Amino acid sequence: MKNQAKEIFLGPLINNNPVTLQVLGICSALAVTTSLLPALLMCMALTSVATLGNVSVSLIRHHIPSSIRIIIQITIISSLVIIVDQILRAYAYETSKQLSVFVGLIITNCIVLARTEGFAMNNGIGMSFLDGLGHGLGYSLILVIVASTRELLGAGTLMGVSILTLAKDGGWFHPIGLMLMAPSGFFIIGLLIWLIRSWQKPQLEQTVVRTHTLVRSEAS
Amino acid sequence: MLQVSIALVPGILCYAWIMGWGVILQCLLAILFATTLESIVLLIRRIPVKAFLFDGSTVVTALLFAICLSPYAPWWANLAGIAFGVVVIKHCYGGLGQNIFNPAIAGYVFTLLCFPMELSIYPDPGNYPGFLDTIRIINGNFPHYPDAIAGATVLSTLKSGLHDMKMISEISQSPVFGVLAGRSTEWIAALWFAGGIFLIVRKIIKWQVPVVFLGTMFLISLVFYWFDSSHYPSPVFTLFAGGSMLAAFFIITEPVSSSTTPAGRLLFAAGTAIFAYIIRTWGNYPDGIAFAVLIMNFSAPLLDRLTRPRVLGER
Repeated sequence: MKNQAKEIFLGPLINNNPVTLQVLGICSALAVTTSLLPALLMCMALTSVATLGNVSVSLIRHHIPSSIRIIIQITIISSLVIIVDQILRAYAYETSKQLSVFVGLIITNCIVLARTEGFAMNNGIGMSFLDGLGHGLGYSLILVIVASTRELLGAGTLMGVSILTLAKDGGWFHPIGLMLMAPSGFFIIGLLIWLIRSWQKPQLEQTVVRTHTLVRSEAS
Repeated sequence: MLQVSIALVPGILCYAWIMGWGVILQCLLAILFATTLESIVLLIRRIPVKAFLFDGSTVVTALLFAICLSPYAPWWANLAGIAFGVVVIKHCYGGLGQNIFNPAIAGYVFTLLCFPMELSIYPDPGNYPGFLDTIRIINGNFPHYPDAIAGATVLSTLKSGLHDMKMISEISQSPVFGVLAGRSTEWIAALWFAGGIFLIVRKIIKWQVPVVFLGTMFLISLVFYWFDSSHYPSPVFTLFAGGSMLAAFFIITEPVSSSTTPAGRLLFAAGTAIFAYIIRTWGNYPDGIAFAVLIMNFSAPLLDRLTRPRVLGER
């Protein structure tokens, strides 16, 4: 039991990471990572929604009719997202302006629905809590790495504090404009996946599609 | 590959004669960086270095990249583009013959997006800094170097002029305009054309590809020029400004990242011309050739499927 709980909580950090292995939640991982502060807020929002959503769905899992379960899960998730959005507007107004629609879009974030549908529907409250928290933290880990790389190389700052002095202020660092555009998010996530998979060999996928045989079988 | 390099030499020399020592230095730096990085990656991948390094493809990539780059860009911009082109675009996708994108063009676009300011420095034709100053500028420690060489390319002059609601007849009074396109720089385009003819005569490239590319570009620009000649430049200008000639003979004829079927190559050339014209005319950047080549690079597999020749006996 204890080992299982440990695996459910720590697995999503590296071994079963929602972003780098399941490749979910990529949209927000590209959109909010131009600087560290919005990314951190987004991580907190997603982690709390995933955890609370998992717990709530797990609480009422025996009373949800199977035919309308997705609707009920989405209703729970969207209520939680509205609460989180209101809290962010109350306590971090400027940053929540920067996040704009992406807090609302947590409703459609694949990670949250994947966890409620795939885990909380069949597991107890404690395990569901650990699973939601683990997946939220796994997502946060990747987002923090991507956001700090992009902000450091794209603007020379971290959390708005200057780390690398820019050339126009008399330093040596020339900011890399590409790092503030969405493609760099793809590059960094791709490099991270490469790095993790060359360290964690079981994550490597077998080649499924071979173009030459595919063309030949279609021609026949 | 050696013949391609030879065909590039007259154009490079003319470019250097007009724009100064920077051109030669960027070419040498690019070749140095490219061969060094290529041998390191080949060593890491345990591929015989000698056979793959001396096939000349690395040198052609480096030369094409250096020609696209601004002659007075700092050395680290050169290194960044070459590193992206050779290491990421060429070797991460499987090395020579496996790359989806043209390494030189992908490296150039990467540098352009990373350092747009540094890549917009061009001297006035014929009025370039001396050799030592050039080294200082490329080393990046020339005081206020963008002010020291404040020229503009003919395409950026056209773009900013049109942005200021001027007519083309007014804009072309500017001293950067020549007879065909840019003053002096039109000669570089003419020499790329001559180099391309050399390649066609030596049967290195097929004549259809450049003809379709230049023809498509000519036709589109003719339609718009005929429609409104005060806001759209003439077809001859479109062909001789920016990178049109270089792309027609040296970039879209690259065998690896282009389509592999004969009909696919012609569609590739036409598509590149259309996208280049669209991006150049209505886009944010003065020239759109590089972006157009990348767009067509990743549609090349689709073109291959569309134009697959019928197997003998297949219905």
